[in-house]
Amino acid sequence: MSRMAATRDGYGDALLALADNSKVVVLEADLGKSTKSLHFRKAHPERTVSCGIGEQNMMLVAAGLASNGYIPFASTFAIFTERAFEHMRNGVARPNLAVHLCGSHGGTHTGTDGSSAQSIEDLAIYRTLPNVVVMHPCDDVSTKALTMQLPKLGSPSYMRTARNKTPVLYDGRESEVEIGKGIVLREGSDVAIIACGVLVHESLEAAEKLSAEGISATVVDMHTIKPLDTGLIDLLAQKCGAIVTAEDHSVIGGLGGAVAEHIVGSNPVPMEKIGVQDRFGESAGAEEMLEMMGLKSHHICDAVKKVIARKV
Amino acid sequence: MAGMSISEMEEMARKCRVEICKMTHRAQAGHPGGSLSEIDILCGLYGHRLRVKPDEPDWEDRDRFILSKGHASPGMYALLAEMGFISHEDLKSYRVKGGVCQGHVDMKWCPGVDFSAGSLGMGLSFGMGCAVAARLDGSNRNAYVMVGDGEIQEGSVWEAAMAATHHELGNLKLFLDCNGIQNDDFCEAQMRMFDIPAKWNSFGWAVKVIDGHDMTSIVEAIDWMDTIDDKPAVVIAKTIKGKGVSFMENNPAFHGAAPSDEQLAQALSELGVEA
Repeated sequence: MSRMAATRDGYGDALLALADNSKVVVLEADLGKSTKSLHFRKAHPERTVSCGIGEQNMMLVAAGLASNGYIPFASTFAIFTERAFEHMRNGVARPNLAVHLCGSHGGTHTGTDGSSAQSIEDLAIYRTLPNVVVMHPCDDVSTKALTMQLPKLGSPSYMRTARNKTPVLYDGRESEVEIGKGIVLREGSDVAIIACGVLVHESLEAAEKLSAEGISATVVDMHTIKPLDTGLIDLLAQKCGAIVTAEDHSVIGGLGGAVAEHIVGSNPVPMEKIGVQDRFGESAGAEEMLEMMGLKSHHICDAVKKVIARKV
Repeated sequence: MAGMSISEMEEMARKCRVEICKMTHRAQAGHPGGSLSEIDILCGLYGHRLRVKPDEPDWEDRDRFILSKGHASPGMYALLAEMGFISHEDLKSYRVKGGVCQGHVDMKWCPGVDFSAGSLGMGLSFGMGCAVAARLDGSNRNAYVMVGDGEIQEGSVWEAAMAATHHELGNLKLFLDCNGIQNDDFCEAQMRMFDIPAKWNSFGWAVKVIDGHDMTSIVEAIDWMDTIDDKPAVVIAKTIKGKGVSFMENNPAFHGAAPSDEQLAQALSELGVEA
């Protein structure tokens, strides 16, 4: 059994590790215990700005800090970052101020808090903003590795982390994780499963099941949704001739939307999207939510068979 | 430039009013009313106090000025030209493709602009970020912000108002340009705000109410702000929208409308420009 951890813990660890850079500052909106910025707060209270329950103010305070040469990391629940979307758009993305926003508790996997807390649209909306890098890593190690790269990014970013623990894939493999580069976790020739976040693990499980049925699947951890690793996608489209995307997010506009938008103009191979089917969630356990939303490995297997049948 | 006399700043404001009318007339668009209401305060701030270097607009330790009511950009641009951040020729680029004078003030386009505005209710939060940064730097620089009275109907202004006192930001200074008119109508008709000074008082700010067109009062208010160092300070300036041009004064039609040829001629005449 591999080690289990939550991606939000990787974010918290990274902030603490970044504290040696005196320009790094942290902003909270009363959810530091949840997003895990609390470790930074405890160690460096003088560089932590409490914004109370006020996300819109937090976003622009961060922008002001960035304009003065600081490197602000602001976090709250993914869903509550959306309350300040226009602040992110006009106050951060438009002037290209390097504010790093982290939305934790993303997706239906968030579970029993119910639909108000389960952001299923964050990746889609932030992806529409010029200048903004959008990430959704699948384990704590890659979350930490990506976060550690942000001070050098020079442009704003949005990272979704998840509430609940998932298997750790990258222990000792931190150097493989790079913003904008998809990671091939398994090689296969019949289909490419391109996933992010929690569904990377479901995709690996699906590939294992498919292998027993004689279907050979590539699995990619596409932790960066923007800029999208289009080189890798083109390569896989040509090699496998069929793509399935998998994400704990609406099928509208997220990873699936990004991949579809790209391949339609380059390698229009058959494609299926695993994701939330344009509906809201409800209160249930994390695994129950994945089942309810059609995001489990057996759903991915079904989508793979469907897409392979569509190959010419 | 800071250290100008009262009469010099009054004359600068008159020149800026002329440019505000010319710019909006040339563009046949823009916001003259709120530019004319704010301009005496802007001239007082830059002429009397603001520590900036027009030949080094990105000087890191400059005071920041954040025009949150970014639609009132003609006033800002006219002042920046008077101060030497941009040329008077640049003023002709207002709302013109490729021009430094974008429709709303933009830090990516215009030297001397510290904040990309255009969406109301954001500037005070941004100013708070600048004030926190100054404190972390151990610098005595200030962040000055100007918002409109209609603008304080935006909820996030009050998130910032509460947070600024929580963090005891004595280096955050706010001007409230109370001209009583917003886009569609008088503020009283759109959203009554009742006792504005009491609201800021109750949020823990140091509050002073002045006549926003009297340069001596403006200078005294700026000096008063300097004496407040344990909390943010707000100067609530009673102003007249369209001040200085008779047919624009207190007229909601000139929130976002340009003068015609005839109206420009009359405005310039009233502002002491010889035909």
